[in-house]
Amino acid sequence: MDKQHHKIEISTYIIVWLSLLAFTSITVTIAGISLGKYTLLIALSIAAIKSALVINIFMHIKFDEPIFKAFLALSGATLIIIFVLTFFDIIYR
Amino acid sequence: MANGTIALSEKNFYEVSTNKYSGILSWLLTTDHKRIGLMYLVSIMFFFLVGVILGVLMRLELLTPGRTIMSAQEYNSLFTLHGVIMIFLFIIPGIPAAFGNFFLPIQIGARDVAFPRLNLLSYYVYVVGAILALTSLFLPGGPIDTGWTFYIPYSVRTTSNVSLAIFAAFVLGFSSILTGINFVTTVHRLRAPGMTFFKMPLFVWATYATAWIQIIATPVVGITILLVIIERAFGVGIFDPALGGDPILYQHLFWIYSHPAVYIMILPAMGVVSEIIPTFARRTIFGYKAIAMSSLAIAFIGYLVWAHHMFTSGMSDTARWIFSLLTFLVAVPSGVKVFNWVATLYKGSIDPQPPLLWVMTFIFLFSIGGLTGLVLGSLATDIHVHDTYFVVAHFHYVMFGGTGTIFFAAIHYWFPKMFGRMYNKKLAKITIIFFFIGFNMLYFTKFIMGYMGMPRRYYDYLPQFAGLQKISTVGSWILASSIFFMFGYLIYALFKGPKASANPWGGVTLEWQIPSPPPLENFKEIPTITHEPYDFSQLKEINNES
Amino acid sequence: MNHDENVIAMTQHHAHVDKVGAKMGMWLFLFTEVLLFGGMFLVYAVYRYQYSEQFHIAAMELNTTIGTINTIILLTSSLTMALSIAYIERNKKSLSILFLSLTILLALIFLVNKYFEWSAKFEHGIYPRSEELLNRPSGQILFFGLYYVMTGLHGLHVVIGIIVLSFMLVFLLKNKITSENYNKLENSGLYWHLVDLIWIFLFPLFYLIQ
Repeated sequence: MDKQHHKIEISTYIIVWLSLLAFTSITVTIAGISLGKYTLLIALSIAAIKSALVINIFMHIKFDEPIFKAFLALSGATLIIIFVLTFFDIIYR
Repeated sequence: MANGTIALSEKNFYEVSTNKYSGILSWLLTTDHKRIGLMYLVSIMFFFLVGVILGVLMRLELLTPGRTIMSAQEYNSLFTLHGVIMIFLFIIPGIPAAFGNFFLPIQIGARDVAFPRLNLLSYYVYVVGAILALTSLFLPGGPIDTGWTFYIPYSVRTTSNVSLAIFAAFVLGFSSILTGINFVTTVHRLRAPGMTFFKMPLFVWATYATAWIQIIATPVVGITILLVIIERAFGVGIFDPALGGDPILYQHLFWIYSHPAVYIMILPAMGVVSEIIPTFARRTIFGYKAIAMSSLAIAFIGYLVWAHHMFTSGMSDTARWIFSLLTFLVAVPSGVKVFNWVATLYKGSIDPQPPLLWVMTFIFLFSIGGLTGLVLGSLATDIHVHDTYFVVAHFHYVMFGGTGTIFFAAIHYWFPKMFGRMYNKKLAKITIIFFFIGFNMLYFTKFIMGYMGMPRRYYDYLPQFAGLQKISTVGSWILASSIFFMFGYLIYALFKGPKASANPWGGVTLEWQIPSPPPLENFKEIPTITHEPYDFSQLKEINNES
Repeated sequence: MNHDENVIAMTQHHAHVDKVGAKMGMWLFLFTEVLLFGGMFLVYAVYRYQYSEQFHIAAMELNTTIGTINTIILLTSSLTMALSIAYIERNKKSLSILFLSLTILLALIFLVNKYFEWSAKFEHGIYPRSEELLNRPSGQILFFGLYYVMTGLHGLHVVIGIIVLSFMLVFLLKNKITSENYNKLENSGLYWHLVDLIWIFLFPLFYLIQ
């Protein structure tokens, strides 16, 4: 059989959930404050942190074989590159 | 290891089923990757022939200026269908679905793919997509007439059956994705003991790289298709310029898939070339690691060049020079492969059998296609030849002269293994000659006409093109005849050809170490791999056991 | 068991299920979903860049409260999903069933909220091809077009998730998923978390442009 499956504590799941709720309330609150061009950046950063929590803990990738992280990085990187290259057109028109 | 002569008592995969049925149900409900590969092969070949006939009809219309045998509307539908069928029903599934399915598991020493039932599902999804595409021809509104690229705004304005046809493409994309998922998992999880990544045959490397493109790129055209359908159905206004949408954005989304798609088409073909050359040069491939890595490099860089299809669309100048630069980069790993193949042939013990002759044809035709790609990749020259016959010639040289010839090469290489019979090699060699003549008459003339300014997808043309158009049409007759002739002697060989041995060509990869045709579970015992994949010192050993 | 032994075991004893392989297949499928929605996010990003002011104005018409509630619902459903798996892992079948049922329930509530949200919009005359919408500037037409398509596609994935999770619930009840063999539940969980992840990005991009 594969290596012993790492069990995450129930309490860890609860803590992650509470963090997600906390980040959600932060992002909603911040939206009410006028931060000009930083609003989008901050909102996306918070979304990224929430995603990292879901992917690493709920989806267990932190404790899985490293190849899964490699695959995820590959797919994510490709998506980001697609965004960047497209915007070379959009921004400079 | 059980082989040719001992196999009298051992049944091959035609005689044994993975399910409890016999007859046609044992095929339709099979989970055997070999049977699934063959079902794909038959379907793909059928649609290829349909595509050929469409092409011949198009060339018939273009034999004379003005109307020859059809109206302009009919012509628009024909070239659209020719593109959709050839691309989505032939070339993209092509080598991976037919030969990848049959040989990937065998070449890594596995009994099947990681998800055999998903494999069968991918075939049925393909069939559904094909049926949807064919149905769209006959519904009110008429067959789609947008060109296979269905650009905005025409694709949301025309009353022809766009939605059903592109939905068919969506479904076919799903089939492609399922195949990709299966192959990546298979390569990671089912390699035989001792088969490290760098002992895998290059066909496996190529199919693996392709599978990644199938997974990552296909969904982007998926969403693009969905958006066009939604826009047609609900007038949502995502791309429609009348509602503020950006038609160039559509083109970006379309080509973000459709450029990597051409690497889905060519990478497996290059993998096949890397199999055939060592066998018929009787020596190991030159620069194995470089070729393996170049497959990954092409797959990756292939994502970065899509907008070279859009140089005249109205994109920013910044985007144009960046994409032109990246396009030149992708030629490098392809060049690596061509040099390594030629280096393998040098001082090899050349055996001019049909598979190798097809490969030589490929190297010549694909190189022309590749070099003309540089003309298209440079901004200044592209402005002149964009959307002319020059582009049409370029992609036919790389897709047909490239992947197409290797599809034929793969058939001729693996025919004895799949069917246990040999075809008439003399007829095969004659076919290649006529193919080559017809091909160049049909397509080289298009380079010239394109350079002279003949636009693509045009129903009519000016008198100065008449001579070359006629030559091109005659070329299509020679080419099509050679293809039908090829199917003739191959089908004959299926039933009446002499029985083939386990290793008629003297190959050393794993498929040549099992009987022709293979038994149901491929190997009596899973082999343990100790040799490099193209180690010809094993050849005596392999042949002694049979 | 090392990789080689694993291969021999798997290929000679077909009953042995490759857990890692199944998980790999599911992750690869999830990547296709990421790219599918990624394409849509790209369209959103381009139009937001080109019509930022109109996007701001249009976004004010979305109900941030419902959006936030739905976010909390989905985040919680991810928790209940993870707990369902955690409990079957610990051989606590009843708790596993409880939390899986809660996940499905939360998903249904999400859809109900969505229904009310969309109905309210329709009542205000904001839907594709409506006169009200077509009279507005392009940026707003695009915003609402994207809103309907993206949340609609996401909603469709919620529906699919509910169907899949319902099947898993039946499997749990019938002991086809056990503490020895809960692959299917884990992989379904991965899908469900992805549905949550997409919403984590949709939420600020549509509801929090202030």
